[in-house]
Order: sequence, then C-alpha cells, then structure tokens
Amino acid sequence: MKPFDFARPDTIAAAVALLDGRDASRPNRSALLAGGTDLLTLMKADLYAPELLIDIKRLAELDNRIEETAEGLTIGALVTLSQLEDDPRIQSLVPALAEAAALAATPQLRHMATIGGNLLQRPRCWYFRKPGIHCWLKGGDDCPARQGENQLHALFDVSPCVAVHPSDPATALLALAASVRLRGAAGERELPLAAFFAPPTDERRQETVIGNDELIVSIQIPAAAPGTRSTYLKAMNRKVWAFALAGVAAAIHMDGNRIAQARLALGGVAPVPWRAESAEQVLTGAEPSPEIIARAAESALASAEPLAHNGYKIPLAKALVRRALTRLTAPAFPGA
Amino acid sequence: MGPHTHLPVTLSVNGSRFPLLIEPRRTLLDALRHDLALTGTKKVCDAGDCGACTVIVDGRAVYACLLLAVDCDDRDITTIEGLAKGNALDPVQEAFIQHDAFQCGFCTSGQIMSLRALLDANPEPSDDQILRAVTGNLCRCGAYLNILKAGRLAADMQRQAAADV
Repeated sequence: MKPFDFARPDTIAAAVALLDGRDASRPNRSALLAGGTDLLTLMKADLYAPELLIDIKRLAELDNRIEETAEGLTIGALVTLSQLEDDPRIQSLVPALAEAAALAATPQLRHMATIGGNLLQRPRCWYFRKPGIHCWLKGGDDCPARQGENQLHALFDVSPCVAVHPSDPATALLALAASVRLRGAAGERELPLAAFFAPPTDERRQETVIGNDELIVSIQIPAAAPGTRSTYLKAMNRKVWAFALAGVAAAIHMDGNRIAQARLALGGVAPVPWRAESAEQVLTGAEPSPEIIARAAESALASAEPLAHNGYKIPLAKALVRRALTRLTAPAFPGA
Repeated sequence: MGPHTHLPVTLSVNGSRFPLLIEPRRTLLDALRHDLALTGTKKVCDAGDCGACTVIVDGRAVYACLLLAVDCDDRDITTIEGLAKGNALDPVQEAFIQHDAFQCGFCTSGQIMSLRALLDANPEPSDDQILRAVTGNLCRCGAYLNILKAGRLAADMQRQAAADV
C-alpha cells in the first residue's frame, strides 16, 4: 500500500471539499473511507493509490440509521450489511434486501461494510484485480476477459468491459425501486438506482455516474403497496462466502389471484445490476402459473449473449427466476 | 498536515491503552503484531479472504487486515491474548482443546475470536448459528466438524459457569 495522508472532516461539506476523484483509471488525489472492505483491498494491490484518505465512518452528519416514514425507508450511507441483515423492519418490509445482505460476504465483512460502499465497490474480475494487467477498465486498450477466462463474466454485452457488478444488495435495491441521494459540491441530488448505475464507457470507466466530488448520503426505498412480497436468491460456487454466479431479486404485488406489479432484477450477469423489464411485462396482469413463470424466465434472459465460458449462467439465472417467482406467487406465501 | 505524517492513535487492546504514533497506512493487524508484539492474531492472506486475523472491535468480529489502525482510535479491541484470565482459559479455548478443533493452528485464533463474539451476543446458539459465525474463517486442515463441536461445548461450559456463579 502506497503512503497517504488521513483526514477526518467534521461535516459532509468539509468531506466533499476534500474530494476530487475516484475513477481507478486516473491518478487520484483523494478517496473516501467508510467500511474500507473493498477500498483497502484495491489499495493493497496498488490498483488505487489516493494521496489523501477521507475518513467518513465517524462523520456525525452521515447517518448510520434506518428510518421508516410514510414515504418508505431511508437507509443511511453508513448502515452496515449486518444492520440490514438483522433489522426487523428491513426483514418484514423489504425481505429481498435483508436476504441479499445476509448472503453477501462473511460475518466479519458484513460488520464492517457499509451500504454506501457496497454500491460503490469495484468488480471482482480477476483481470481487473491483477496488478500487472492494464485492462480497459483501468485505462487500458482492451478487455482481456472477452477472449480469455470469462467463466464469471457478463451475459449482457453493454460495455467494453465484461466484468459483472459484485453487489448483492444492489440487485435487491434495484428490484425495490430504490434511489440514491448524493451530496456534492453543487448540492444534493437523488437518482433512481437504474440511473445511478450505468455500464462503463470510454469517457467514464466506472460502474456508476457518481461525480468525483460526490458522496452517497442515503438510500431511499419507496413504500410499496401493502402486501408486496420480495425475495433474493443467489447461486454461488460454494455455499457461503462467494460472489454471485447469478443473483435474482424479485418484488411482486398480487391483486387477488393476479400479479398487479412485478419488478425483477438480476445480478452477476452485467457490469451493472440488471433490470429484466421484458419479464416484468410478461408477469404484469397475469395469473401466475408454471407456464407464465417459465415465460418470464425465458424473457429475462432472451437478450443474453454468453461468452465462451459463461453459458452455464443462462440456465442458472432462469432457474433462479422461476424459483423466486414460484415462491412469491404461491397462494400459501407467509402473510398472504 | 505534512505529507504522510504519522498520527497519534490510542489503541485500547485487551483492557490496556497504548498511545502510538502511527503511519496512516498501517493496518490494525500490523499495529497489533509489530507495534504491540501481539502476534496471536495471524497474518495470512492480508486481503480479507481468510479470517485468520479476526479480532473483536466494539463487540463485533472483524478482520484486522482491512481496518486501518488510525481508524481504531479509542475503539475497544479484544485479541486472542485477551481471552484467558491468568491460567484460566476462555471456555472457547478450553473447548477447542477438548475437541481437537485444530491441526496446524494457523486459523485457530481467528476461529476462536469469531466464536467468542458469537457467544457474547448469543449465549445459546444453534448449530446453524455456530457454523454461520465461522463462515468467514477458512481452515485448510478441515477441522470444521470439530470446530462446530467446540462451539457447542463452549456454549455449554459458559452456561454452566454462569449457573454456578
């Protein structure tokens, strides 16, 4: 790890004033430290070498609480994955998020990692993480995974980079229609998660549109129609402590025996959490049946373009979609 | 602040306070091992992948390799050296010996700290909760079954000790 200076500002404004860049493809002067579970691994590998680390973990203005209002839930940026896993309101109102947090990483990492940092974590692609490889995402000319070892890579080809986004909670939050509140030099703005995450481009080689001078203040989850059910399922190459080969988050609102509203998001299949809108259209208004559920699963993966070694993810993701939808539309669903 | 200044930090470890002047990039793990000579906390992967460096900070099991020492100023830190009281081992340590819950021993202090944190928060864990508490601690010797047995025994011993008081 390269040497750096350490600052502990007292206000968000002071923290923002110290910020000036976090794009790993460019030399950076400053970076934010919260849980540090991703940042320190990047810094130890010298993939990221900020000259100034800005500690926001104890910033009193930045919230580490979960609040419930008539509009929905507000999750402070410093809330840890453990808090999300254990909070009774998260468990009952948005179980997909509690399940995604519980399936992420390990107890030690969940105690440390914050939800803000979780959304901003960088891909686990082995080419990106390898210090000697100057891949496209790090400012290089091309993506070595495209023709290389791409077993863990993307099914949806939307960026020169085929790494997948590693976050489980991000997939759940996308299905829950969450938005992110950002604070920067120009003030505050709120972005739906679908706009906050954007496939990396030549001009912006990172997975979000967060500005170099911005930090995440909180995540908002709008109150869903009463009775909305949600779940998150994850396939891993072992039972615990692995990133998703594929993840599925679904939120369903039933009106009688019909699906009034459906939101479906996939993880581990694209450089950003991936919303499956065509599958949502198949489901909306339909009476759930094995046939409808199978059609939705086919539709969710219809535009997938597998690489040489990751075709297995297509049946895997379809099965997770079917399993999630079967669970959520079951007449005997708990609380139904 | 000048370039890469050392910062004053007070580490509260196992009930003692250690004022240190420390470089910001020093991890808690390196500070424990090198500045405080507490080498019971092991450095294996140094990347948050193995769990050998698990310590308890403010009541929670965490990886010392992914925490900066300057970020631990005035937090309550417990390491493996803080568990035994004189010659009296912690119930988790005693249970590891009774159930032969280790071979090479390199992961052991991390496993024990994870189970210590579990039993502090939940004195009557289920088998699932015991296993879940050590999911972040790899054992390459494969002592997992005996670690589970040790977790059960430690919980029993702790309850017994509490009942005897």
